[in-house]
Amino acid sequence: MTFEILAQAVINGLLMGFVFALVAVGLSLILGVAQIINFAHGEFLMLGMYTAFWMWALFGLDPLVSLPISIGVLALLGVCVYKLITKRILDAPRLTQIFATFGLSIFLRSLAQFLWTPNSRMIQNSWVGDLRVALGGVYIGAPQLVAAAGAILAFGVIHWLVEKTEVGRAMMATAEDRDAAALMGINTEQMYTLAWAVGSACVGLAGGLLTTFYSVEPNIGLVFGTTASVVIALGGFGSIKGAFAAGIIVGLIQVVGGFLIGPAFKFAVVLTVYLVVVAVRPQGLLGKY
Amino acid sequence: MLPVAAAVIALAYPKVFSLPYPQHVGVLICMNALMAVAWNITGGYTGQVALGNTVFFGIGAYTSSLLLRDFGVNPWIGMLAGTILSMIAAVVLGYTTFRLRGYYFTIACIAMAEIVSAIVVNTRRLGGAVGVTIPIRDASLLNFQFHGTNKAPYYYTILTFLAVALFVVYRVERSKLGYYFRAIREDEDGARALGVNPARYKLIAFMLSALFTSVAGTFYAQYVMFIDPASVLAQPVSVSMCLMAVLGGLGTLWGPVLGAMALIGISEATRVTLGGTGQAVDLMIYGLLVIVFAVFQPTGLMGMLGKLKARKE
Repeated sequence: MTFEILAQAVINGLLMGFVFALVAVGLSLILGVAQIINFAHGEFLMLGMYTAFWMWALFGLDPLVSLPISIGVLALLGVCVYKLITKRILDAPRLTQIFATFGLSIFLRSLAQFLWTPNSRMIQNSWVGDLRVALGGVYIGAPQLVAAAGAILAFGVIHWLVEKTEVGRAMMATAEDRDAAALMGINTEQMYTLAWAVGSACVGLAGGLLTTFYSVEPNIGLVFGTTASVVIALGGFGSIKGAFAAGIIVGLIQVVGGFLIGPAFKFAVVLTVYLVVVAVRPQGLLGKY
Repeated sequence: MLPVAAAVIALAYPKVFSLPYPQHVGVLICMNALMAVAWNITGGYTGQVALGNTVFFGIGAYTSSLLLRDFGVNPWIGMLAGTILSMIAAVVLGYTTFRLRGYYFTIACIAMAEIVSAIVVNTRRLGGAVGVTIPIRDASLLNFQFHGTNKAPYYYTILTFLAVALFVVYRVERSKLGYYFRAIREDEDGARALGVNPARYKLIAFMLSALFTSVAGTFYAQYVMFIDPASVLAQPVSVSMCLMAVLGGLGTLWGPVLGAMALIGISEATRVTLGGTGQAVDLMIYGLLVIVFAVFQPTGLMGMLGKLKARKE
């Protein structure tokens, strides 16, 4: 019996971990290439969730159907934020950049509250909403399963894009040394824009997938944003693989830690693990610097 | 000349504006300026972006409040106890995190703050999520409580704390210690090569910062008479200290004070005119202004003043 509960916790943690991983990969990509931590990343996720919610509420589109729309809207948002805000402060002190994205997070959170009230909203009767798979005594929710599958797929695509394609290599070259890359004929401006677009698209996808089993409210980004920052630091900055792996680990720690110590401490357990890891390895699990 | 004028204006303020609300705004500005000045010691001079200073604010607020509520300890002694605890916490946090560079350190600070907050929220003995109400005593300086609509005594108390903090920072700025701080900010490895022990001086900066933040925490508790994790142990508290210091001008003596005046001014003005509807219009405009400022004035208000001065000459 206890074993089954633990197995259930592990499965749930693992599935949630894939979603954290996807959110973190987006943040990591933006940090790696464009050299800035977007402290509004959680708010981006919130907007991705709202996009899916409104597509369902207004047009009756299932969140799985409206995924391309969530992805597109967020990619566009990422490009706008880059062109309008962060592009102008690329060479400003790091604190100014942090300052700007904090302002953005406050703005987006209040905008959501202004437009859609602080009420929490949930999509009812989505296609996968009530389905679940029984595996022995363990139940796996279909929404979580679909979300995890989507996250793995997206990671595969991004990994392929970065490692195997010309564009990806150009992007990594820009990440490594902006000036040298520009001298080699790489359009670094385009690479920055692309990183913001793809990084934000990740949370568009994650947001859409989350709405099948998670309710959305204006403050939802706070927890997810902080978690994503911790995840990429745990994985090691600049490492997309590290971010993905760390996301899964964090998902597992959260649920299993919550199960062993108490659900109220699940986030604290994750943070403690982070501190222990960086105390031993200051560059995170897979980070190079 | 300028500091004298500032002092005169600061001292005369509650006499000129005798209504409770402007006095309340004055108190808010001084309290936030104190926190921003404290944050500036680590964030500005030493260049360590600590985003967990709400821990020290919370320790200050909780230590004095719990000692008063449960043991009847005078809040001034509670404040002292709070600063000692905060500095111990700074040493512990410092030892575990100062090896970390850049964002790793920043995120470690956030993590620390969240852990402490989770512990307080889930410990009934510490008031839990419900918070702590500060018991009412007779109004007197000794009791650190002043009732009624006249907020001038609170104002002068916090102004004194702020003045002390500014004086300390002023002295540090011009001492060897200040040079070590800035050397670490500019080039940590270079400073180490020249025989400056970065860990040691970062720790000193962190402790100083913790001390003043903790004092602000005790003051907040005695002023508002109620604390809970959401108001004294929350990420937005850490962020706002940093925002004020950055807005004013990092690593400058008066920058954090200017930043506090500007941000509290903006947030109070928007809150009074546009808030209260629960629609967060005030916060929207606040966030927008923060972005606009970061984009167009990355060196802060002090940088803007410097430019104006240069143009005149």
